[in-house]
Amino acid sequence: MSDKRTLYGPGDLGRLTYERDLGDPGAYPFTRGIHPSMYRGRLWTMRQFAGFGSAADSNRRFHYLLEHGTTGLSVAFDMPTLMGYDSDHPKALGEVGREGVAIDTVEDMKVLLAGLPLDRVTTSMTINAPANVLLAMYVVAAEEGGFAREHLGGTTQTDMLKEFIAQKEWVVPPRPSMRFIQDMLVFGTRELPRWNIISISGYHIREAGATAAQELAFTLADGIAYVQAGIEAGLDVDVFAPRLSFFFDCHNDFFEEIAKFRAARRMWARIMRERFKATEPRSWWLRFHTQTAGVSLTAQQPLNNIVRVALQALAAVLGGTQSLHTNSMDETYALPTEEAVRVALRTQQIIAHESGVANAADPLGGSYFVEALTNRMEDEAGAYIRKIDDLGGMVRAVELGFPQREIADASFRFQQALERKEKIIVGVNDFVVPEETPIATLRIDPEVERSQIERLRQVRASREEGAARRALAALKAAIESGENTMYPIVDAVRARASVGEICDVYRAAYGEYREPAII
Amino acid sequence: MTEAKIRIVMAKPGLDGHDRGAKVVARALRDAGFEVIYTGLHQTPEMVVTAAIQEDADAIGLSILSGAHMTLFPRVVQLLREKGAGDIVVFGGGIIPEEDVTSLKSAGVAEVFTPGTSLETIVRWVREHVKPRGVRT
Repeated sequence: MSDKRTLYGPGDLGRLTYERDLGDPGAYPFTRGIHPSMYRGRLWTMRQFAGFGSAADSNRRFHYLLEHGTTGLSVAFDMPTLMGYDSDHPKALGEVGREGVAIDTVEDMKVLLAGLPLDRVTTSMTINAPANVLLAMYVVAAEEGGFAREHLGGTTQTDMLKEFIAQKEWVVPPRPSMRFIQDMLVFGTRELPRWNIISISGYHIREAGATAAQELAFTLADGIAYVQAGIEAGLDVDVFAPRLSFFFDCHNDFFEEIAKFRAARRMWARIMRERFKATEPRSWWLRFHTQTAGVSLTAQQPLNNIVRVALQALAAVLGGTQSLHTNSMDETYALPTEEAVRVALRTQQIIAHESGVANAADPLGGSYFVEALTNRMEDEAGAYIRKIDDLGGMVRAVELGFPQREIADASFRFQQALERKEKIIVGVNDFVVPEETPIATLRIDPEVERSQIERLRQVRASREEGAARRALAALKAAIESGENTMYPIVDAVRARASVGEICDVYRAAYGEYREPAII
Repeated sequence: MTEAKIRIVMAKPGLDGHDRGAKVVARALRDAGFEVIYTGLHQTPEMVVTAAIQEDADAIGLSILSGAHMTLFPRVVQLLREKGAGDIVVFGGGIIPEEDVTSLKSAGVAEVFTPGTSLETIVRWVREHVKPRGVRT
């Protein structure tokens, strides 16, 4: 926040009235939280994002996390999977299993999920462009393992708008991407009562350099576009809206972040009730996962990152998050080691069980400063949302490059502020020491790529080729006829078609998205 | 003869979409008076090298955050040499562990900038290490 005033008082609350703008926790507009007792009733879910190397490597990490008290799983996929390429695609060279787990076919998914109680743990999958394929793989792997689809709980990210805005892993252009999402919403509503189809994500927008107000605004504007898409697909808003969830970043500016979360709840409740006429209170809830800000971690003096993460995690809890991932101290170097992941998880447990902050709901509600910041965050984000509405909605704004340009400008201003030392990052542009020996980091064995390609070839060689081809042809026909694509995708996955083969059908139908390069 | 401007191709090889660093560095180099051509995302080493030769670049700046740098950076250097453009200076940055920096340098990458490097450092390095090569014959 640019405002550097020292003191806030009753005069800063402006228009604020308790019943209309705050309400008790659990009451509209949910500024103070979505549940009456908040963490006294139930702690947030401690959900650590993990995935690297082969499916077997990642499966071992999931079992490790469950043994150490994590309460939900979160899968990171490697770059080829995120872009809908198989491990043997030329563009996958050097990328297989590096930044997440490599999944080519349902056989890999079965290894990834081996021995996990899929009717009891919930699984979050950070997957977007091929989210429909990975969701189908999860369903098929679970069913082949004896779990019924109606018992499966979890989340697919499926937020393509933020991919075009910030994270930039895509297959087809924005409009066909929205059509696939509509099909997933319909499928999820019919078949997967415990699955959250979309996690509307500000995290990547913020990490790409957005300000807190931009993160809030663009995320809610994306949410508006998805609700609109669901309604246009013929769904009743109160049927699918309760299962939309959000995912935010939690950065360094402690009170600004708390205000962002509080403003987000109030704004979404009003958007859902007033704009979309939702009548179910659960449709008005903004439920969210938080991850501490990866971009705030420093390679210099890495132990300091533990402190940054603790402060960010505390802000997320004071902001009322439903689940939380705490980053590990070594993530500016590589994926985290087990020891670093344990410290990150322990940070959450210390906040939950030792600090006492979980005892009262919205303990900062009524603070002149926090309420004034919450109002200001709402005003700034609201102005952006009006601008996006004027452009014709978020899909159009993305095609015009509007949010992309706003973020690029903000990230450049931030870097300039660092260079001028208007902002200080401890150990980077001030309080610098000669660097000590680097800390231990996780290395991915290059052998993973070779053996993953071998596994994929084996699956292709042993499947019934005719069935796989027929399933892919049926998918192509569904894309052309306008039928729901999820059912033929499930069939193709069951026939052992790969991520790349299925996404090739998308690419053939709609063309590949190419971003205009904007500096 | 007017003083030739240094031409830099900024490229994102590999599949990761983290283009914040590439864009910020591209803007800083442009503001410092260099000519900057940004390739956009998801470039193969072949695409990067073709762009650099077509643009008559003096240097290539590579940004990667996916961990594939040990495969993709040396591949760019090798392709440049194969195409007789080994005098194009290659530098890069991203999430690159210290022990990899040494191997990348011995593979022909002139400099590697790791997280926390200031823009000023990068601009100064380019001024000192990249010279306009003049018109290619």
